[in-house]
Amino acid sequence: MAELTRPFPPGEYPVIIVGSGPGALQASYSLRRLGIAHAVLSADPSPGGMFRRWPHFQRLLSWTKPHAPVPRTSRTYERYDWNSLLADEPEATALQPDLMDGTSYFPSRPEMEANLASFAERAAIEVRYDCTWTGTARTDDAETTAGSRFTLETSDGTYRCRVLVIAVGVAEPFTPPGPGMEHTHHYAQVRDAETYAGRRVLILGKQNSGFELANGLLPWACQLILMSPSHAKLSVDTRTLVGVRARYVQPFEDHVLGGGVAILDAAMDRIERSPDGALLAHLKRTDGGGDLDLDVDDVISATGFVCPLVDLPNLGVATFGASRLPVQTPWWESTVPGIRFAGTIGQGAKGLQRHGVPSNSGAVHGARYNARVLAGDIAAREFGIVADRPAVPPDSVVDTIVADLSGSPDLFHQRGYLARVIAKDPAGGFVDEGIQPLAHALDAGGADAIAVTLEADGSGAIYPVLYARIRGVATDHTLDPDPFLRYDTPDTRRAVESVVAKLG
Amino acid sequence: MSDRDALVDAIAGFSLFADLTDPQLERVAHTFEELVYPAGERVLRQGMAGSGFHVILEGTAAVVVDGTERARLARGDFFGEVSILLGESPIADIVAVETLRCLVLSGPAVEGFLTDHPRIMYRMLQVQARRLRAANRWRS
Repeated sequence: MAELTRPFPPGEYPVIIVGSGPGALQASYSLRRLGIAHAVLSADPSPGGMFRRWPHFQRLLSWTKPHAPVPRTSRTYERYDWNSLLADEPEATALQPDLMDGTSYFPSRPEMEANLASFAERAAIEVRYDCTWTGTARTDDAETTAGSRFTLETSDGTYRCRVLVIAVGVAEPFTPPGPGMEHTHHYAQVRDAETYAGRRVLILGKQNSGFELANGLLPWACQLILMSPSHAKLSVDTRTLVGVRARYVQPFEDHVLGGGVAILDAAMDRIERSPDGALLAHLKRTDGGGDLDLDVDDVISATGFVCPLVDLPNLGVATFGASRLPVQTPWWESTVPGIRFAGTIGQGAKGLQRHGVPSNSGAVHGARYNARVLAGDIAAREFGIVADRPAVPPDSVVDTIVADLSGSPDLFHQRGYLARVIAKDPAGGFVDEGIQPLAHALDAGGADAIAVTLEADGSGAIYPVLYARIRGVATDHTLDPDPFLRYDTPDTRRAVESVVAKLG
Repeated sequence: MSDRDALVDAIAGFSLFADLTDPQLERVAHTFEELVYPAGERVLRQGMAGSGFHVILEGTAAVVVDGTERARLARGDFFGEVSILLGESPIADIVAVETLRCLVLSGPAVEGFLTDHPRIMYRMLQVQARRLRAANRWRS
């Protein structure tokens, strides 16, 4: 009987989304709004993705401010709530703050899981759970009448689709190979904190997951050592999301104040089991210091996760980097046309990364906007459903830009990646071409246009940048930063007017 | 062999990193970010500041000035350093001719990296000196 109530039986669908974390839920919601029929398949038994299990110490890095200076019902509230998914219906909007107990502005893991489950329920996102994707092939045109390009094998049977949206997270634990690495256990296998009481723990990796573990083990381990070949970066130094977040910096302070935590720049040479059962780690310093031998009780690999792309690389999906992220166009399309990505995998589309500042695509507060833009691009390019391009009267162009700069959550969270594009209409006046990846807006050519972004340069400032694309050549115009992010001031208006005037 | 080991082996053969020990190469591989640009994508934009220092691992890039291709860059070549060193905008577009795999260091990180690695700075100076010599020959 249960089988009769499960949605999306094997068959042919225009679009298939794989996953049930925030990226998949937001992509499904956004496609449905545009009338694009699709199926959602997930190996998990319930919504939430990685938040069903992690972070290990059960509290997020991304905040939601229950009490913000703007009403929760406004779009601008999204600037203060990094964790709720996006919906047009009030009953599915800004769900996270009501699910928090007030002890922290970082939701606990269960609170985040409840937020995502609540969204799936209130927005009526249907998912075929317990359906595991096992293989992929390109579809022979002769087999299909609906333009399908891909065949998916799953634990429930065979599916076909024209567009495949992969939203399975960067979720497969990865431990680099090496002599003795079998003696390590991964972040994903970390035991309850109290089982490390009085033990000497070596953590491989100095990014957030390594520092999260060190922070959680501070009251338990008798010695903590963190190591990786390069310096630890702290987000408060980089003034971006690059580096260890402030919540996990305590082990760093312990280290620099002589509390006993050691933080080393070193590469692992090998690990051996000594006769007494302890582990002997041989390290090669990368900072010019001498080699080190360390006796420890546990070695934990906080060496990250990779994308569980199953057999997509065999189809031609190119990957890169330590997380084996797929190579993507600015519209999150892989090197195989028709295979797209939503959720945290979208961080593989790098955008301009001006001044070394990455997008927030790897986090919910960035990926949720990507999903909406992705859905619009799928609708337009694959199904010919093109969004309205509302006319903007010439005397409203500056108002529209100023309103975006001072209130838009899209531009605010996807700084330097997403842009509002306002183009000259050959028939006269201007049209709003909506939110687009900035790289596309700069390079696509077309009518003269202005692309509007908010950006950061690692100095701590967040400021507007206007790009004027005239006869295919883009020039950038950086406006002065304001410490309170007030970009509806007379000074901002004057600066915007001068750039808009370049379009004639 | 891990992806990281393969990366270390690859850059060990580049003249820029020729003087580094294995642990130092591993540190470099960790410090730079590996990025891949699909064919046709613009990597650096003429006139637009804020780009990074790139070392090509795989693929070919075109140097395009005012819409005209002036040169091609390939494995082991690097670009982006001039605008970072001078604090000015790039004077050319760099466009991926085919899938382009690079190691990238953000502009603000370059000065600290070079002063931490004087041998890399020296190798970079040698390349710049050759480029200058070639340019002078071309003019004379």
